[in-house]
Amino acid sequence: MSKVKITIAGINKKPGSSKEYKTGGWRTMKPEVDVEKCIRCLQCFDYCPDGAIKKTEDAIEFDLDYCKGCGICERECPVEAIVMKVEEK
Amino acid sequence: MSEDEKKELLASGHRMCAGCGEGTAMRTILNEAGPNSIATVATGCLEVTTTAFPQTAWEIPLIHAAFENAASVAAGIESALKQMDKKGETNILSFAGDGGTFDIGFQALSGMFERKHNVTHICLDNEAYMNTGIQRCSSTPYGASTTTSPKGKYSIGEDRPKKPIARIASAHDIPYAATACIGYINDLKKKVNKALEADGPAFLHVFAPCPTGWRHGSSDTIELAKLAVETGVFVLWEAEDGNICDLNVTYKPKERKPVEEYLKKQRRFAHLTEEHIEKIQKEVDEKCEEYGF
Repeated sequence: MSKVKITIAGINKKPGSSKEYKTGGWRTMKPEVDVEKCIRCLQCFDYCPDGAIKKTEDAIEFDLDYCKGCGICERECPVEAIVMKVEEK
Repeated sequence: MSEDEKKELLASGHRMCAGCGEGTAMRTILNEAGPNSIATVATGCLEVTTTAFPQTAWEIPLIHAAFENAASVAAGIESALKQMDKKGETNILSFAGDGGTFDIGFQALSGMFERKHNVTHICLDNEAYMNTGIQRCSSTPYGASTTTSPKGKYSIGEDRPKKPIARIASAHDIPYAATACIGYINDLKKKVNKALEADGPAFLHVFAPCPTGWRHGSSDTIELAKLAVETGVFVLWEAEDGNICDLNVTYKPKERKPVEEYLKKQRRFAHLTEEHIEKIQKEVDEKCEEYGF
Protein backbone atom coordinates (compact mmCIF):
# COMPACT_ATOMS: atom_id res chain seq x y z
CA MET A 1 0.00 0.00 0.00
CA SER A 2 1.35 3.41 -0.96
CA LYS A 3 2.03 6.13 1.59
CA VAL A 4 -0.45 8.95 1.18
CA LYS A 5 -0.72 12.24 3.01
CA ILE A 6 -4.24 12.56 4.36
CA THR A 7 -5.79 15.65 2.84
CA ILE A 8 -8.56 17.79 4.25
CA ALA A 9 -11.85 15.89 4.05
CA GLY A 10 -9.99 12.86 2.76
CA ILE A 11 -9.89 13.81 -0.90
CA ASN A 12 -8.71 10.99 -3.10
CA LYS A 13 -7.26 12.14 -6.41
CA LYS A 14 -6.48 8.74 -7.89
CA PRO A 15 -9.53 7.22 -9.57
CA GLY A 16 -9.47 3.46 -9.85
CA SER A 17 -6.55 3.15 -7.43
CA SER A 18 -8.14 0.11 -5.80
CA LYS A 19 -6.35 -1.87 -8.50
CA GLU A 20 -3.25 -1.59 -6.30
CA TYR A 21 -4.92 -4.04 -3.96
CA LYS A 22 -4.93 -7.51 -5.44
CA THR A 23 -8.00 -9.39 -4.22
CA GLY A 24 -6.86 -12.60 -5.95
CA GLY A 25 -5.32 -13.70 -2.66
CA TRP A 26 -8.81 -14.27 -1.21
CA ARG A 27 -9.40 -17.11 -3.61
CA THR A 28 -9.72 -20.78 -2.65
CA MET A 29 -11.19 -21.96 -5.97
CA LYS A 30 -9.72 -20.99 -9.30
CA PRO A 31 -11.74 -20.76 -12.55
CA GLU A 32 -10.46 -22.29 -15.75
CA VAL A 33 -11.99 -21.80 -19.17
CA ASP A 34 -12.14 -24.31 -22.01
CA VAL A 35 -11.58 -22.03 -25.00
CA GLU A 36 -12.86 -24.72 -27.39
CA LYS A 37 -16.24 -24.88 -25.65
CA CYS A 38 -16.65 -21.13 -25.09
CA ILE A 39 -19.28 -19.56 -27.36
CA ARG A 40 -18.38 -16.03 -26.23
CA CYS A 41 -21.89 -15.19 -25.04
CA LEU A 42 -20.21 -13.02 -22.37
CA GLN A 43 -22.73 -13.84 -19.64
CA CYS A 44 -19.81 -14.46 -17.28
CA PHE A 45 -18.42 -11.04 -18.18
CA ASP A 46 -21.75 -9.39 -17.37
CA TYR A 47 -22.27 -11.24 -14.10
CA CYS A 48 -18.71 -11.13 -12.65
CA PRO A 49 -18.91 -8.86 -9.58
CA ASP A 50 -15.18 -8.11 -9.67
CA GLY A 51 -14.66 -7.27 -13.33
CA ALA A 52 -12.10 -10.08 -13.37
CA ILE A 53 -13.12 -11.45 -16.76
CA LYS A 54 -11.47 -10.00 -19.85
CA LYS A 55 -12.74 -10.42 -23.38
CA THR A 56 -10.33 -11.92 -25.89
CA GLU A 57 -10.75 -12.31 -29.63
CA ASP A 58 -12.58 -15.65 -29.57
CA ALA A 59 -13.22 -16.37 -25.89
CA ILE A 60 -12.58 -14.91 -22.45
CA GLU A 61 -9.72 -14.99 -19.95
CA PHE A 62 -9.55 -14.51 -16.20
CA ASP A 63 -7.70 -11.74 -14.45
CA LEU A 64 -6.44 -13.86 -11.56
CA ASP A 65 -5.07 -10.79 -9.78
CA TYR A 66 -8.63 -9.82 -8.86
CA CYS A 67 -10.76 -12.98 -9.19
CA LYS A 68 -12.12 -13.85 -5.73
CA GLY A 69 -13.20 -17.32 -6.84
CA CYS A 70 -16.91 -16.90 -6.11
CA GLY A 71 -17.89 -19.35 -8.87
CA ILE A 72 -20.72 -17.31 -10.41
CA CYS A 73 -19.15 -17.70 -13.88
CA GLU A 74 -19.07 -21.49 -13.58
CA ARG A 75 -22.70 -21.58 -12.45
CA GLU A 76 -24.02 -19.25 -15.12
CA CYS A 77 -22.02 -20.53 -18.11
CA PRO A 78 -24.65 -22.02 -20.48
CA VAL A 79 -22.19 -24.40 -22.18
CA GLU A 80 -20.21 -25.46 -19.09
CA ALA A 81 -16.97 -24.11 -20.48
CA ILE A 82 -15.81 -22.87 -17.08
CA VAL A 83 -14.76 -25.16 -14.23
CA MET A 84 -13.64 -24.25 -10.73
CA LYS A 85 -10.55 -26.07 -9.44
CA VAL A 86 -8.99 -25.96 -5.98
CA GLU A 87 -6.34 -23.26 -5.88
CA GLU A 88 -2.83 -24.65 -5.47
CA LYS A 89 -0.45 -22.50 -3.53
CA MET B 1 -14.25 3.37 -28.95
CA SER B 2 -15.68 -0.08 -29.62
CA GLU B 3 -17.89 -1.87 -27.15
CA ASP B 4 -15.07 -4.22 -26.17
CA GLU B 5 -12.57 -1.50 -25.29
CA LYS B 6 -14.85 0.40 -22.95
CA LYS B 7 -13.20 1.16 -19.64
CA GLU B 8 -14.70 -0.38 -16.53
CA LEU B 9 -15.96 2.47 -14.35
CA LEU B 10 -15.89 0.40 -11.18
CA ALA B 11 -12.28 -0.73 -10.96
CA SER B 12 -11.34 -4.20 -9.78
CA GLY B 13 -9.74 -4.56 -6.37
CA HIS B 14 -12.76 -3.35 -4.43
CA ARG B 15 -13.37 -5.23 -1.18
CA MET B 16 -16.85 -6.63 -1.73
CA CYS B 17 -17.29 -10.21 -0.56
CA ALA B 18 -16.81 -12.97 -3.13
CA GLY B 19 -20.08 -13.35 -5.03
CA CYS B 20 -21.51 -9.98 -3.94
CA GLY B 21 -24.55 -8.99 -5.99
CA GLU B 22 -23.73 -5.30 -5.61
CA GLY B 23 -20.54 -5.74 -7.62
CA THR B 24 -22.51 -6.99 -10.61
CA ALA B 25 -25.13 -4.27 -10.18
CA MET B 26 -22.61 -1.44 -9.84
CA ARG B 27 -20.50 -2.52 -12.81
CA THR B 28 -23.57 -2.66 -15.00
CA ILE B 29 -25.03 0.64 -13.82
CA LEU B 30 -21.80 2.65 -14.01
CA ASN B 31 -20.77 1.26 -17.40
CA GLU B 32 -24.20 2.12 -18.72
CA ALA B 33 -24.19 5.63 -17.23
CA GLY B 34 -20.77 6.32 -18.77
CA PRO B 35 -17.85 8.50 -17.67
CA ASN B 36 -19.84 11.74 -17.89
CA SER B 37 -21.43 11.16 -14.49
CA ILE B 38 -21.10 12.40 -10.94
CA ALA B 39 -22.10 10.17 -8.05
CA THR B 40 -22.86 10.47 -4.38
CA VAL B 41 -22.95 7.47 -2.12
CA ALA B 42 -24.49 6.97 1.28
CA THR B 43 -22.77 4.98 3.99
CA GLY B 44 -23.20 1.28 3.48
CA CYS B 45 -21.56 -1.75 1.94
CA LEU B 46 -20.94 0.08 -1.32
CA GLU B 47 -19.10 2.97 0.32
CA VAL B 48 -17.07 0.82 2.69
CA THR B 49 -15.95 -1.67 0.06
CA THR B 50 -15.13 0.74 -2.75
CA THR B 51 -13.43 3.60 -0.93
CA ALA B 52 -10.97 2.02 1.50
CA PHE B 53 -8.58 4.93 2.06
CA PRO B 54 -6.17 5.73 0.39
CA GLN B 55 -7.70 3.91 -2.56
CA THR B 56 -10.91 4.16 -4.48
CA ALA B 57 -12.55 1.87 -7.00
CA TRP B 58 -14.50 4.70 -8.65
CA GLU B 59 -13.47 6.06 -12.03
CA ILE B 60 -16.03 8.87 -11.89
CA PRO B 61 -16.19 11.78 -9.40
CA LEU B 62 -17.73 10.66 -6.13
CA ILE B 63 -18.81 12.34 -2.91
CA HIS B 64 -19.39 10.21 0.12
CA ALA B 65 -22.31 11.74 1.97
CA ALA B 66 -23.57 10.74 5.39
CA PHE B 67 -25.94 7.83 5.83
CA GLU B 68 -29.09 9.91 5.45
CA ASN B 69 -28.36 12.45 2.76
CA ALA B 70 -26.99 10.92 -0.45
CA ALA B 71 -30.04 12.22 -2.31
CA SER B 72 -29.78 15.79 -0.98
CA VAL B 73 -26.05 16.02 -1.75
CA ALA B 74 -26.84 14.91 -5.30
CA ALA B 75 -29.61 17.53 -5.41
CA GLY B 76 -27.01 20.14 -4.38
CA ILE B 77 -24.68 19.09 -7.18
CA GLU B 78 -27.52 19.32 -9.66
CA SER B 79 -28.48 22.81 -8.47
CA ALA B 80 -24.86 23.98 -8.67
CA LEU B 81 -24.52 22.70 -12.24
CA LYS B 82 -27.75 24.47 -13.14
CA GLN B 83 -26.32 27.74 -11.81
CA MET B 84 -23.20 27.18 -13.90
CA ASP B 85 -25.37 26.80 -17.02
CA LYS B 86 -24.44 23.15 -17.33
CA LYS B 87 -27.91 21.79 -16.86
CA GLY B 88 -28.46 18.33 -18.29
CA GLU B 89 -24.87 17.87 -19.46
CA THR B 90 -23.90 15.42 -16.76
CA ASN B 91 -25.64 12.41 -15.28
CA ILE B 92 -26.09 12.76 -11.55
CA LEU B 93 -26.47 9.55 -9.64
CA SER B 94 -27.08 9.00 -5.98
CA PHE B 95 -26.44 5.55 -4.59
CA ALA B 96 -27.63 4.11 -1.33
CA GLY B 97 -28.26 0.70 0.09
CA ASP B 98 -31.62 -0.36 1.42
CA GLY B 99 -30.88 1.18 4.82
CA GLY B 100 -29.94 4.48 3.18
CA THR B 101 -33.13 4.46 1.11
CA PHE B 102 -35.90 2.65 2.99
CA ASP B 103 -35.12 3.89 6.50
CA ILE B 104 -32.41 6.42 7.19
CA GLY B 105 -32.19 8.22 3.86
CA PHE B 106 -35.90 8.36 3.15
CA GLN B 107 -36.51 11.93 4.26
CA ALA B 108 -33.72 13.33 2.07
CA LEU B 109 -34.88 11.17 -0.83
CA SER B 110 -38.49 12.29 -0.52
CA GLY B 111 -37.33 15.91 -0.43
CA MET B 112 -35.26 15.45 -3.57
CA PHE B 113 -38.28 13.98 -5.40
CA GLU B 114 -40.52 16.76 -4.19
CA ARG B 115 -38.15 19.52 -5.40
CA LYS B 116 -37.93 17.76 -8.79
CA HIS B 117 -34.15 17.68 -9.08
CA ASN B 118 -32.79 15.93 -12.14
CA VAL B 119 -31.13 13.14 -10.13
CA THR B 120 -31.31 9.37 -10.49
CA HIS B 121 -31.44 7.64 -7.14
CA ILE B 122 -30.39 4.01 -7.17
CA CYS B 123 -31.19 1.76 -4.25
CA LEU B 124 -29.11 -1.42 -4.01
CA ASP B 125 -31.34 -3.70 -2.02
CA ASN B 126 -29.81 -6.61 -0.11
CA GLU B 127 -32.61 -6.73 2.45
CA ALA B 128 -30.80 -5.82 5.70
CA TYR B 129 -27.99 -3.66 7.10
CA MET B 130 -25.29 -6.01 5.82
CA ASN B 131 -22.39 -3.60 6.33
CA THR B 132 -22.82 -3.38 10.10
CA GLY B 133 -23.68 -7.03 10.67
CA ILE B 134 -27.02 -8.08 9.20
CA GLN B 135 -29.47 -6.02 11.26
CA ARG B 136 -33.09 -5.94 10.15
CA CYS B 137 -34.35 -3.11 7.98
CA SER B 138 -37.77 -2.20 6.62
CA SER B 139 -36.68 -3.99 3.44
CA THR B 140 -36.19 -7.32 5.23
CA PRO B 141 -38.85 -9.77 4.04
CA TYR B 142 -41.22 -11.72 6.27
CA GLY B 143 -39.59 -14.75 7.90
CA ALA B 144 -35.92 -13.78 7.43
CA SER B 145 -33.63 -14.38 10.38
CA THR B 146 -31.25 -11.47 11.01
CA THR B 147 -29.09 -10.59 14.02
CA THR B 148 -31.74 -8.21 15.38
CA SER B 149 -34.72 -10.38 14.41
CA PRO B 150 -33.26 -13.81 15.16
CA LYS B 151 -35.17 -17.02 14.73
CA GLY B 152 -35.95 -18.89 17.92
CA LYS B 153 -38.48 -20.84 19.92
CA TYR B 154 -40.99 -17.99 19.88
CA SER B 155 -39.78 -16.06 16.87
CA ILE B 156 -39.81 -16.78 13.17
CA GLY B 157 -37.40 -13.94 12.51
CA GLU B 158 -38.63 -10.77 10.86
CA ASP B 159 -42.40 -10.60 11.33
CA ARG B 160 -43.28 -7.69 9.06
CA PRO B 161 -43.55 -7.58 5.28
CA LYS B 162 -41.20 -5.66 3.00
CA LYS B 163 -41.89 -2.00 2.35
CA PRO B 164 -42.88 -1.36 -1.30
CA ILE B 165 -40.32 1.42 -1.71
CA ALA B 166 -40.47 1.79 -5.50
CA ARG B 167 -44.23 2.31 -5.34
CA ILE B 168 -43.78 4.89 -2.60
CA ALA B 169 -41.15 6.65 -4.73
CA SER B 170 -43.42 6.54 -7.75
CA ALA B 171 -46.26 8.02 -5.70
CA HIS B 172 -44.19 11.24 -5.55
CA ASP B 173 -45.26 11.74 -9.19
CA ILE B 174 -41.70 11.40 -10.45
CA PRO B 175 -41.09 10.86 -14.17
CA TYR B 176 -39.57 7.41 -13.81
CA ALA B 177 -39.53 4.71 -11.15
CA ALA B 178 -38.63 1.08 -11.71
CA THR B 179 -37.50 -2.12 -10.07
CA ALA B 180 -34.68 -4.18 -11.55
CA CYS B 181 -32.70 -7.27 -10.69
CA ILE B 182 -29.10 -8.31 -11.36
CA GLY B 183 -30.26 -11.62 -12.82
CA TYR B 184 -31.72 -9.70 -15.78
CA ILE B 185 -28.84 -7.53 -16.96
CA ASN B 186 -30.40 -6.29 -20.22
CA ASP B 187 -33.55 -5.23 -18.40
CA LEU B 188 -31.39 -3.41 -15.82
CA LYS B 189 -29.39 -1.65 -18.56
CA LYS B 190 -32.56 -0.48 -20.30
CA LYS B 191 -33.97 0.88 -17.06
CA VAL B 192 -30.74 2.72 -16.21
CA ASN B 193 -30.88 4.46 -19.59
CA LYS B 194 -34.54 5.34 -19.19
CA ALA B 195 -33.93 6.70 -15.69
CA LEU B 196 -31.05 8.88 -16.91
CA GLU B 197 -33.05 10.18 -19.85
CA ALA B 198 -36.02 11.15 -17.67
CA ASP B 199 -36.45 14.87 -17.23
CA GLY B 200 -36.57 15.07 -13.45
CA PRO B 201 -35.99 12.70 -10.57
CA ALA B 202 -35.86 8.96 -11.24
CA PHE B 203 -35.78 6.03 -8.88
CA LEU B 204 -34.34 2.59 -9.48
CA HIS B 205 -34.75 -0.25 -7.01
CA VAL B 206 -32.10 -2.87 -7.77
CA PHE B 207 -32.36 -6.28 -6.16
CA ALA B 208 -28.91 -7.67 -5.27
CA PRO B 209 -28.50 -10.88 -3.22
CA CYS B 210 -25.89 -10.96 -0.44
CA PRO B 211 -24.11 -14.29 0.22
CA THR B 212 -22.93 -13.14 3.66
CA GLY B 213 -26.26 -11.94 4.98
CA TRP B 214 -28.59 -14.35 3.25
CA ARG B 215 -26.29 -17.25 4.09
CA HIS B 216 -26.02 -18.84 0.69
CA GLY B 217 -23.09 -20.03 -1.40
CA SER B 218 -21.16 -17.30 -3.22
CA SER B 219 -21.88 -18.93 -6.60
CA ASP B 220 -25.67 -18.91 -6.01
CA THR B 221 -26.01 -15.10 -6.19
CA ILE B 222 -27.26 -14.78 -9.77
CA GLU B 223 -29.36 -17.92 -9.54
CA LEU B 224 -31.14 -16.55 -6.46
CA ALA B 225 -31.68 -13.18 -8.13
CA LYS B 226 -33.34 -14.98 -11.04
CA LEU B 227 -35.34 -17.23 -8.71
CA ALA B 228 -36.70 -14.22 -6.81
CA VAL B 229 -38.20 -12.99 -10.07
CA GLU B 230 -39.26 -16.41 -11.37
CA THR B 231 -41.15 -17.15 -8.14
CA GLY B 232 -42.80 -13.74 -8.02
CA VAL B 233 -41.11 -12.67 -4.75
CA PHE B 234 -39.65 -9.68 -6.59
CA VAL B 235 -41.60 -8.17 -9.48
CA LEU B 236 -39.88 -6.26 -12.29
CA TRP B 237 -41.88 -3.23 -13.32
CA GLU B 238 -41.57 0.39 -14.36
CA ALA B 239 -43.92 3.34 -13.98
CA GLU B 240 -43.73 6.62 -15.81
CA ASP B 241 -45.01 9.94 -14.46
CA GLY B 242 -46.09 8.46 -11.15
CA ASN B 243 -48.66 6.29 -12.84
CA ILE B 244 -48.61 3.45 -10.32
CA CYS B 245 -52.12 2.32 -11.14
CA ASP B 246 -51.07 1.53 -14.68
CA LEU B 247 -47.52 0.30 -14.24
CA ASN B 248 -45.76 -1.75 -16.84
CA VAL B 249 -44.56 -5.20 -15.68
CA THR B 250 -41.40 -5.69 -17.77
CA TYR B 251 -40.92 -9.39 -17.16
CA LYS B 252 -43.63 -11.95 -16.51
CA PRO B 253 -42.41 -15.48 -15.78
CA LYS B 254 -44.23 -17.96 -18.04
CA GLU B 255 -44.92 -20.28 -15.16
CA ARG B 256 -44.29 -19.11 -11.63
CA LYS B 257 -42.08 -21.42 -9.55
CA PRO B 258 -43.06 -22.20 -5.94
CA VAL B 259 -41.44 -19.80 -3.43
CA GLU B 260 -40.05 -22.78 -1.57
CA GLU B 261 -37.38 -23.12 -4.26
CA TYR B 262 -36.19 -19.59 -3.50
CA LEU B 263 -36.47 -19.88 0.29
CA LYS B 264 -34.75 -23.25 0.66
CA LYS B 265 -31.54 -21.99 -0.92
CA GLN B 266 -30.94 -19.49 1.89
CA ARG B 267 -30.08 -20.26 5.48
CA ARG B 268 -31.84 -17.12 6.72
CA PHE B 269 -35.10 -18.91 5.82
CA ALA B 270 -33.96 -22.42 6.84
CA HIS B 271 -36.07 -22.43 10.04
CA LEU B 272 -39.39 -21.81 8.25
CA THR B 273 -41.95 -24.58 8.59
CA GLU B 274 -44.37 -25.62 5.86
CA GLU B 275 -47.04 -23.46 7.45
CA HIS B 276 -44.88 -20.35 7.14
CA ILE B 277 -43.92 -21.18 3.58
CA GLU B 278 -47.58 -21.58 2.71
CA LYS B 279 -48.29 -18.18 4.23
CA ILE B 280 -45.49 -16.59 2.20
CA GLN B 281 -46.71 -18.36 -0.95
CA LYS B 282 -50.20 -16.99 -0.36
CA GLU B 283 -48.90 -13.45 0.06
CA VAL B 284 -46.80 -13.76 -3.10
CA ASP B 285 -49.81 -15.10 -5.02
CA GLU B 286 -51.91 -12.16 -3.91
CA LYS B 287 -49.16 -9.71 -4.85
CA CYS B 288 -48.71 -11.26 -8.30
CA GLU B 289 -52.43 -11.09 -8.91
CA GLU B 290 -52.27 -7.40 -8.11
CA TYR B 291 -49.56 -7.00 -10.77
CA GLY B 292 -51.62 -8.95 -13.24
CA PHE B 293 -49.95 -12.35 -13.69
